[in-house]
Amino acid sequence: SPSGSLWPLPRSLSILPPQLQLAPSRFQLVHGPGSTAGPGPAPPLRALCRYYDYIFGYSQWQNRGQRPLHAGTELLQLQVIISSKDSEFVKTITCILSISIKDQLSVTEPMAVLKAEKVWGALRGLETFSQLVYEDDYGSFLINESEITDYPRFAHRGILLDTSRHFLPLKSILTNLDAMAFNKFNVLHWHIVDDHSFPYQSTTFPELSGKGSYFYNHVYTPTDVRLVIEYARLRGIRVIPEFDTPGHTQSWGKGQKDLLTPCYNGEHRSGSYGPVNPILNTTYHFMTDLFQEISQVFPDTYVHLGGDEVDFSCWKSNPDVTEFMKQQGFGTDYAKLESYYIEKILGIVSSVNKGYIVWQEVFDKGVKIKSDTIVEVWIGNLYTTELSNVTRAGFTTILAAPWYLDYISYGQDWKKYYNVQPLNFSGSEKQKKLVIGGEACLWGEFVDATNLTPRLWPRASAVGERLWSSENVTNIGDAYNRLVKHRCRMVRRGIAAEPLYVGYCDHEIREL
Amino acid sequence: MAGAALLLLLALAGLVPAGAVWPRPQLIRQAPGGGRCRLSPDRFRFGYARSSAVGPGCAVLDQAFQRYWRLLRQAGPRATEDARSWEPLCTELLVSVATPHCDGFPDMDSVESYKLSTSEELSLLSAESVWGALRGLETFSQLVWRDEAGTFYLNRTDIVDFPRFAHRGLLLDTSRHYLPVRAILETLDVMAYNKLNVFHWHIVDDPSFPYESTAFPELSRKGAYNPATHVYTANDVKLVIEYARLRGIRVISEFDTPGHTHSWGPGAPGLLTPCYAGSVPSGSYGPVNPTLNATYWFMNELFREVSSVFPDFYLHLGGDEVDFTCWRSNPEVQAFMQKMGFGQDYTRLESFYIQRLLDIVSSYGKGYVVWQEVFDNGVRVKPDTIIHVWRENAGAYQQEMARVTKAGYRALLSAPWYLNRISYGQDWQAAYEVEPLAFEGSPEQRALVIGGEACMWGEYVDVTNLTPRLWPRAGAVAERLWSNETVRDLQDAYARLAGFRCTLLRRGVQAQPLFTGFCDVEYGGS
Repeated sequence: SPSGSLWPLPRSLSILPPQLQLAPSRFQLVHGPGSTAGPGPAPPLRALCRYYDYIFGYSQWQNRGQRPLHAGTELLQLQVIISSKDSEFVKTITCILSISIKDQLSVTEPMAVLKAEKVWGALRGLETFSQLVYEDDYGSFLINESEITDYPRFAHRGILLDTSRHFLPLKSILTNLDAMAFNKFNVLHWHIVDDHSFPYQSTTFPELSGKGSYFYNHVYTPTDVRLVIEYARLRGIRVIPEFDTPGHTQSWGKGQKDLLTPCYNGEHRSGSYGPVNPILNTTYHFMTDLFQEISQVFPDTYVHLGGDEVDFSCWKSNPDVTEFMKQQGFGTDYAKLESYYIEKILGIVSSVNKGYIVWQEVFDKGVKIKSDTIVEVWIGNLYTTELSNVTRAGFTTILAAPWYLDYISYGQDWKKYYNVQPLNFSGSEKQKKLVIGGEACLWGEFVDATNLTPRLWPRASAVGERLWSSENVTNIGDAYNRLVKHRCRMVRRGIAAEPLYVGYCDHEIREL
Repeated sequence: MAGAALLLLLALAGLVPAGAVWPRPQLIRQAPGGGRCRLSPDRFRFGYARSSAVGPGCAVLDQAFQRYWRLLRQAGPRATEDARSWEPLCTELLVSVATPHCDGFPDMDSVESYKLSTSEELSLLSAESVWGALRGLETFSQLVWRDEAGTFYLNRTDIVDFPRFAHRGLLLDTSRHYLPVRAILETLDVMAYNKLNVFHWHIVDDPSFPYESTAFPELSRKGAYNPATHVYTANDVKLVIEYARLRGIRVISEFDTPGHTHSWGPGAPGLLTPCYAGSVPSGSYGPVNPTLNATYWFMNELFREVSSVFPDFYLHLGGDEVDFTCWRSNPEVQAFMQKMGFGQDYTRLESFYIQRLLDIVSSYGKGYVVWQEVFDNGVRVKPDTIIHVWRENAGAYQQEMARVTKAGYRALLSAPWYLNRISYGQDWQAAYEVEPLAFEGSPEQRALVIGGEACMWGEYVDVTNLTPRLWPRAGAVAERLWSNETVRDLQDAYARLAGFRCTLLRRGVQAQPLFTGFCDVEYGGS
């Protein structure tokens, strides 16, 4: 590929023939003059160290003598210049960056400059810079003179990990965050709890994980959660937790008495439980306290509230619920009861100043939701129609439906994910603008720490490029060539990304 | 923490039924409420019974004792020494082997049966051969269980066990992707845990030639992905063979010809058939050139080496998927066809080649396994040839099994066990439900089925995903080939396999989950 091993492909790219050499012992990644993000513990500095290792750290260069380089052919520095004073975590990261590798100062001292408005853009640019450097057969590090201007097509580029169906050790999550940064993903959608287990250790309600986790050590302590959030922040990745209700909550019941609806078998309780009980005041007190905590623990402005796949049969069986329906004038329309519940939850979450994302059912069932709600489209059938409907109603949306990576099949299924065009639905320009991105989802029925990384990468990379690069980047042959190299680079950086097809990497995975 | 302990108890009770063994032994008796003893990994020892024909110095068993002792100790956090001291302590397993052979290699006729009885007074494992003793040690290791406090126990158990099929194999493909030696060794470990006993090493193929030949070093020098890093040296191969032997596993190498040989070409000029576009060579090459004497000289030398490097009586000679288009295009091949009176029947040319190859291999005193096409194409093969049934789409494999055995050949089944073909969900069940003898034929025909192999072809598999893709899915095949025909209950299998998978995690094996749930020791962290 003329674009080397760049992944995802930058917006505008010109790679020129002249090559410059980098000497590991002399090359520096530094803050350029006028940069607002000087040395300090902030993301830029740590990133500079990290990327030095990514560029040189896997080679045996230390054991070889450094050959003297011809004047004017050595690249000595990458200067990183960040222009904005405001480096807060913003909800959308749309920085423009450019790398120009040319002799700006003098013929004898070429240097590279990376300009970005914010640190988050600088992180993306560092990744791109590291992808431009390559090693030749003699162990020399080379880079071509290049000009790159880059920015993402979609602001929300997420990966969903499910830590309820299987517990994922912290190390798995952190490794995945590394891989996300290599692919310019910027949102970890942490589907942290579900029916199967409740690994989130709540300080307000410690019994939730005390009784709802799989095992005493299968929990995420407040320290663990902080660590994930900080590790993600240093890589320009937002962490959006999902506390899915009122369905998908079986594991909550173990640690919180009376939260779930008791199901009935005729006139008697059957002993099993259904969704969250929407008719009790105590439910809403509990949710208020819980979301109060969550809103403080997770700094992102958004929380994912789930709302999918609510099964009405238990509610229907329960005489108290039936009575409540009558009182409220809901008739036998249980979707109204669900809406009643969801609206109260949304009110609670709004009151703690969070925005929210919900699965598409909440929209489909006509729940009254605030106009700035983000609707996540996940149902595989007819997702283009759903995108039309959601955006016609004026809601912002995220697409996940074609990117359920837990559905595996034989062969190169990454092509299927790559060929998705998120804006290929009928709607106005205004509607299309409401699609803010997408997510690759790796649900956990058949996935745990043993197979997560090779199952996710590089398949999710296909989604990464679709969400970052221009709409017209669709050449599958070129993508294959770049992705093969990108995959080998991930392997070199310690990510056990599986092969696309027959072949090899110069450096196979070192440890497993 | 009381709550946590209770959960733990339930979890262990639910997930790892005490004494669940994978694959299930032929006969296992555990009296309900029968006795049990505590087991202290630090004090437990494996030893030879006085009656044993082999004793200290027998590497196969000495090393197995070490391995299983380590596995016991690794089994997780332990209780303090004096916990439950009122319960009897069992302190040793004595092993008795009837035949005094230690230094040989396992073969098709190895006796792998064993008897195991454990009790608080004495635990005894007796076997005809060291290979059976290895199987029994594995079973013993799976009988040890732990309570919620971390104390190890052994229930009073009596087991009589033997394999249903003699050939229980696993194919790894090191040509489409190179697999580092340590990945092969780890796979051999897990094969032993599953009582699989044949490593079918599909070592070379079209994409690369990683086998470093002493007779023809150019083959890997020019045919490997990287001749420095992506090769198996003579030492590597020896290491694999010995590592396998110590675990009672045979290594059958496959040098597939005349097709699947693209990678051979660069290092062996003249070996492959030049393809023609019209009247000129196109620059590309087809299968091995069957018309040249030089080809047979080459094969003679290569298989002389291969026959001595790989000690097993059998070699796998491939013979599958030979594409005739290149042969057809080549004028010299056409002339040869005419000379031999083959007409336009290129299967006769293929047969001609295979025939000569089989003669070469026979001359080195080896037996051979071939893919089913060799039989389908009517090549005359020796009566003791093993026909490997693999085709998924060429009609039901059951019919092929019937045809092969009806012709009097021994059959090896792989068609339903291509584990590289992944799909969503619990596909281990389909592999488990296969019944290898469910084809139309006489009892004599069924007796010709020597077993089967799970195949992990390498198109999409390398060291990054090999282990989780293989295990525990290949375990389903392992039980089908070892256990009694009547062991078919999916629910029971699920419970035991999920437990076994947690055992694999405790042993450090990256085996993927069957479904939602957890293990007390997870991979790569708690």
